[in-house]
Amino acid sequence: MTSVLSAPSHPTGTADLAAGPQSADAQPVTLARVVRSEWVKLRSLRSTGIVLGLTAVLMVALGMLITYFSWHGSNAFARARFDAIDRSLSGAHLAMLTVGVLGVLVITGEYTTGMIRSTLSAVPRRLPVVWAKVAVFAPVTFVVSLVSALVAFLVSQALIAPHGASLSSPGALRAVVGVALFLTVMGIMGTGLGFLTRSTAGGITSVVGLTFVLQAIGAALPASWQHSVVPYLPLQAGEAVFTIRPDTTLLAPWPGFALFCAYAALTVLAGAYTLEHRDA
Amino acid sequence: MIQAQHLTKRYGPKTAVDDLSFAVAPGVVTGFLGPNGAGKSTTMRMVVGLDRPSSGTVTVNGKPYRDHAAPLHEVGTHLEARAAHTGRSALNHLLALAATHGIPRRRVDEVIGLVGLEEVARRRAGAFSLGMGQRLGIAAALLGDPATIILDEPVNGLDPEGILWIRGLLRDLAAQGRTVLVSSHLLNEMAVTADHVIVVGRGRLIADVSMEELVRTAAGNTVRARSPEAARLRDLLAGPGVTVTSSEPGLLRVEGVSSEQVGELAREHGIALYELVAESASLEEAFMELTSGSVEFKSHGVAWEGQRSAA
Repeated sequence: MTSVLSAPSHPTGTADLAAGPQSADAQPVTLARVVRSEWVKLRSLRSTGIVLGLTAVLMVALGMLITYFSWHGSNAFARARFDAIDRSLSGAHLAMLTVGVLGVLVITGEYTTGMIRSTLSAVPRRLPVVWAKVAVFAPVTFVVSLVSALVAFLVSQALIAPHGASLSSPGALRAVVGVALFLTVMGIMGTGLGFLTRSTAGGITSVVGLTFVLQAIGAALPASWQHSVVPYLPLQAGEAVFTIRPDTTLLAPWPGFALFCAYAALTVLAGAYTLEHRDA
Repeated sequence: MIQAQHLTKRYGPKTAVDDLSFAVAPGVVTGFLGPNGAGKSTTMRMVVGLDRPSSGTVTVNGKPYRDHAAPLHEVGTHLEARAAHTGRSALNHLLALAATHGIPRRRVDEVIGLVGLEEVARRRAGAFSLGMGQRLGIAAALLGDPATIILDEPVNGLDPEGILWIRGLLRDLAAQGRTVLVSSHLLNEMAVTADHVIVVGRGRLIADVSMEELVRTAAGNTVRARSPEAARLRDLLAGPGVTVTSSEPGLLRVEGVSSEQVGELAREHGIALYELVAESASLEEAFMELTSGSVEFKSHGVAWEGQRSAA
């Protein structure tokens, strides 16, 4: 083909351009359109399905295994203190890594492949890309996490019936929804860290650093410091939202979650600042 | 229309683009020529706002790229062979870009047909050859039917058929009244596609001329004359602006005058000429002549000015 004059019927066909740009047909870039674009991007990558599927499997399988074996491996004393809700949501401790990694990949995948240049050429004002990525990633992750948490809870409780809890048990519903919220915000934090580091390795390392490494450092602190530091670490603050037993080492569920959200918001804002001010 | 004014980009102590001012007009193919590392890509990245100039400004169709409400309809760019996610199909890549501007699916199918990727549109871009990647990039550039098109080294990796296709495409786009800026370090490629050239070296503007003029003025035209009275002819030719060299007895190489002028002068003085040939420099030679200074010299001192006045 040596001609671009192949689409005369189309109103914005290249052949019509001799008169100048087709501004009459041109639609501006809006946040809603960027969100639609990000939705196309998220669903058209195989890695999205794989990581979200892995998240669901981890949630359900670990919940079942840990609930079943910890109940059947317990003596009467331990059973009296058995926390069936907490056990059934154990998968969250690994799932937070998978959603964190997916959150990172949502943006660093663009940097490693060069896609970011296409993205920023289409949206040169840049910041809508950050908001749109979060706006698409968050609800998808929330739905997958909520369904996984619900299935993990119901199946795990059924496994140890009649000793299991039900959704009407005190705190059960809050814990199930709380896990989904926690995982979603963990993913958002991953996206913020991805924008900040612009590399998959750097982003994943930061996610692990902000969670496990900080937790380990917190645990190594002198006991007198722990009370004043540990509850405010990101992971501990976030986990409060799906913790059932009153735990003096954690903040109350919703204040803790609010603090966790604040950490995530900070990483996203720092990521947005980076995107805005650095050359692509 | 692209207008750059005093465009400068520094990375630490290194100046990649140095006070570059130029205008790219619609209706012709403008070649952006320079050796690798001359600042071509950096300049193009600044045009579309991927890199921020250290100083100076550049506008496209009258505005900075970033200020256009629908930039893909103003400027289509294909800046690097790798500009698509390797895990996404060509179709989805284009659909994602189209979505930002509300460009309909039929236009996506249209540009896929235009670049000849119908067969592989659903394959992962990561499995594409370099040539197919170039076609995908060009499809993305044409998506918004823009009045200005910027392509960085588009013939790299293309097979001969693809190269012919690109040449035709660029000419068609320019003939439709669009502004077309194409970079290359391949001179012969530019010679057959570009009407006008902007030559850069070490980030600085070396020439902004028609392709014809580039060849004519950059290396200058040499006249080769063979005569039994070479010494006498040499004395007669001597004057300001004329250089005469001789590599063997009886043979002169004259710069600064035309072959007609040499012939007339010889006739006036009754000098026999056995041979009179106008040697025009090839584009390759013109280019080497223009950019050799920019490649070799470590500073923009006297030698640099010498290069500029030669241009």
